[in-house]
Amino acid sequence: MWFQIILIAAMVAIAAYLIRATPTPKHLAVRRLLVLVALIAAVVVVIWPGVLTWLAHLVGIGRGSDLLFYAAIVAFLFYVVVDYKRSVQASRATTRLARELTLTEARLQDTLAASRDDRSVES
Amino acid sequence: MSDVPAGDPIARATDPENWVVIPLYNEASVIAEVVAGLRKSFVHIVCVDDGSTDGSAAIAEAAGARVLRHPLNLGQGAALQTGIAYAREQPDCRYIVTFDADGQHRVVDAVAMVELARSENAAIVFGSRFLDDRTKPGALKRLVLKTAVVVTNWTTGLRLTDAHNGLRVIRVDAAHGIHLQQDRMAHATEIVLQLRRTGLPWREFPVEVLYTDYSRAKGQSLLNSINILVDLIVN
Repeated sequence: MWFQIILIAAMVAIAAYLIRATPTPKHLAVRRLLVLVALIAAVVVVIWPGVLTWLAHLVGIGRGSDLLFYAAIVAFLFYVVVDYKRSVQASRATTRLARELTLTEARLQDTLAASRDDRSVES
Repeated sequence: MSDVPAGDPIARATDPENWVVIPLYNEASVIAEVVAGLRKSFVHIVCVDDGSTDGSAAIAEAAGARVLRHPLNLGQGAALQTGIAYAREQPDCRYIVTFDADGQHRVVDAVAMVELARSENAAIVFGSRFLDDRTKPGALKRLVLKTAVVVTNWTTGLRLTDAHNGLRVIRVDAAHGIHLQQDRMAHATEIVLQLRRTGLPWREFPVEVLYTDYSRAKGQSLLNSINILVDLIVN
């Protein structure tokens, strides 16, 4: 069955992306293209529903709605992974920002304390 | 200080080139005691308050620690990185001692580890509770910790007997190789990996971990070790 091979390959690809990839602007471009393709495909399928059934038969699935269901699951899992990665990147950025704030405050306190000490030595 | 004989381990440890870094999050009931205990042997004690809501920061400050404050809770790894980043930019800093806030480490072990780093010219000294049988973690905890050891050794290529032990001594040149990205508990494996990459000499030192009802209640759960694994695997 072709669709089983395609589905398993898609899951493996998503898992590999989850574990290996670090998001780059290139990935963003690919994701945007994928959204564009999905939108066009959706419009085509709405106008000519037969295309979906024809495609389903091509990969060994009985009904077009089943193909749609599988595609939706793959798309959803991919979205979850992309969103997870985005949230990890965002929290790392937050951490760096918070750390700089903390260190800046600490340096300021140390500088003030040192200048206070200097003044008390002079007087 | 002049009445302490030269070569006395306590006198050597009070050297201002040793900086203790403690990640601090909601430990109000024990932190004063921990800081007071450390102050007998160390001059510089830096607590990184990770957004505590129980007044831990003020208590640590009153006990004599230098307290840095995170504006929000970020996790123990994040606090440790902030503390290390602060300590290593101090002009007199030569050794950084990482120490847990919950009172499970012994100050004498920290002092002895700094001594070992000095005498054997080691850049990194890892505390290990499994080099002797003083520490009694209980069967389940032992299983979790030993799994962490296997994962850490497999990830980092080092052969350590303990992982996720918060007591370490890191010389400042090694500390410059630390850039922790794991904000939560997985930093304990990440720090081993990054220290290994420095290529600097390391040792392990037998320490005793004091399990009290308090530290047991706060310790790592089995479920949380799944989080650690996922954090390490998922990039």
